[in-house]
Amino acid sequence: MQTASPRALVDVAPPTEPAAAPKPRRLHPGPVRVMHWINAVTIVFMILSGWKIYEDEVIFGWLHFPAWLTIGPWAQHGLQVHFFFMWILVINGLAYLSYGFATGRFRRMLIPIHWSEFVRTIKDTLHFKLAHDDPTIYNPVQKLFYIGVICAGLLSVFSGLVLWKPIQFSEAQALFGSFQNVRLVHFLAMAAIFGFLVVHVALALLVPKTLVAMVDGGPVIRPKRREST
Amino acid sequence: MTPVKPRSSSIFRPTGGVDQRPLLEHHDLVQSIERRNVLRGAVSLGALTMLSGCNVTDTPQVQTVLRAVSKWNDKTQEAIFRPNHLAPTFDESLVLKPPRFNAHYSVEDVKGIDIAQWRFEVTGKVREKKAWTAQEIYALPEQEMIIRHICVEGWDYIGQWSGVNLRAFLEHIGADTSSKYLAFHCADGYVECLDMATALHPQTMLATKYAREIITEPFGFPLRLRTATKLGFKNAKWLVAMEVTDTFVQTYYGNEGYNWFSGI
Repeated sequence: MQTASPRALVDVAPPTEPAAAPKPRRLHPGPVRVMHWINAVTIVFMILSGWKIYEDEVIFGWLHFPAWLTIGPWAQHGLQVHFFFMWILVINGLAYLSYGFATGRFRRMLIPIHWSEFVRTIKDTLHFKLAHDDPTIYNPVQKLFYIGVICAGLLSVFSGLVLWKPIQFSEAQALFGSFQNVRLVHFLAMAAIFGFLVVHVALALLVPKTLVAMVDGGPVIRPKRREST
Repeated sequence: MTPVKPRSSSIFRPTGGVDQRPLLEHHDLVQSIERRNVLRGAVSLGALTMLSGCNVTDTPQVQTVLRAVSKWNDKTQEAIFRPNHLAPTFDESLVLKPPRFNAHYSVEDVKGIDIAQWRFEVTGKVREKKAWTAQEIYALPEQEMIIRHICVEGWDYIGQWSGVNLRAFLEHIGADTSSKYLAFHCADGYVECLDMATALHPQTMLATKYAREIITEPFGFPLRLRTATKLGFKNAKWLVAMEVTDTFVQTYYGNEGYNWFSGI
């Protein structure tokens, strides 16, 4: 017997459309939701354990992370946690990227970005006209944000790998100039992800239906028939 | 059809109303969503961050998991280790003098050794088991390398090291290089251990000099390990014994929870 997952509900929708029509899908299909929440937990652990490691030798004299905000009583615990969750981050991240490209989700949701629309969204936002009636369509600022955080994620993994193995990957380390530059880039990638996180979480709380959609899948999207999805 | 719940007066509700059709289409599903569960989930995610600052990661159960993954990471590092890939070397003008001190105690507490009594004892799977004097080691052919020292804490400096190439030394004493490990014991009780692949790397040596001068007391006089492919703490100072063995040897920092292999 089939379980009543949200997916199944969608699939058994009455076949009112012709057979050739693409299947309706939810805004956030099951795999996306699972990967999103795995990533959410992983990122929190990666950042907070990373702050513990940073504290052993700060990059900026003015920037310290209080002990209560970092994971582990000592640096080695921060390192253990960081090198535990790195596997989950990379495996889950690769799965997410593969899924995004293979299913056309990235193409559908993140491009194209029109400059004129981008400027309009910025203006509207500055006038506190946040258009969020339709959570299934991302505005150009959102699109850039999501593309940006994916790039920051890739950079954090790449710089992290070089930071971990600067001699085994000495060719890659040479791209950064010095070892301390690798640390700096890894830190800045974290800062970019952290900045995204602040805005992302604030907006999700401000428009709760987006948060709910990442739990239940959100509204069903019936794509236009001419789309080749 | 069951009517949808009346609109709330939430300030978050967009003006002009929300398209209600999806709610009607998936009435059953919508009913099954428990706001309480969503809230609970959100709170739990927040609760994860409560792990920080406290000692949860130091509990035996969590340590078992984290150390098992650390073991797995040893194997990963062993697999990606390039035995003949040379670490970058640098110009002599970049050498830091004196080098940066670090130990699990402060520099004032360095005890040093009595050079008249000091011996470097070689045991285990070797043809020539012997206790070496400093003069005997100084008489061996010398190798020099100017390499980057990288500490697990995140700092680094460029150092100029001279001494006997470890691979050459192992061949000289007839060590069984098919063994798995080299264990090192230090005058201060510190224990270190290298995998054989790292021991045989061209840039691994038993160092006797820094910047062409005999190594000074805080930095391991008269003999220390220096390899270009490991974090700083793997480069044990004040060596007194080396054992060629197939038995895994836990190290001082490994015992503290740092990664055993700690390659770079």
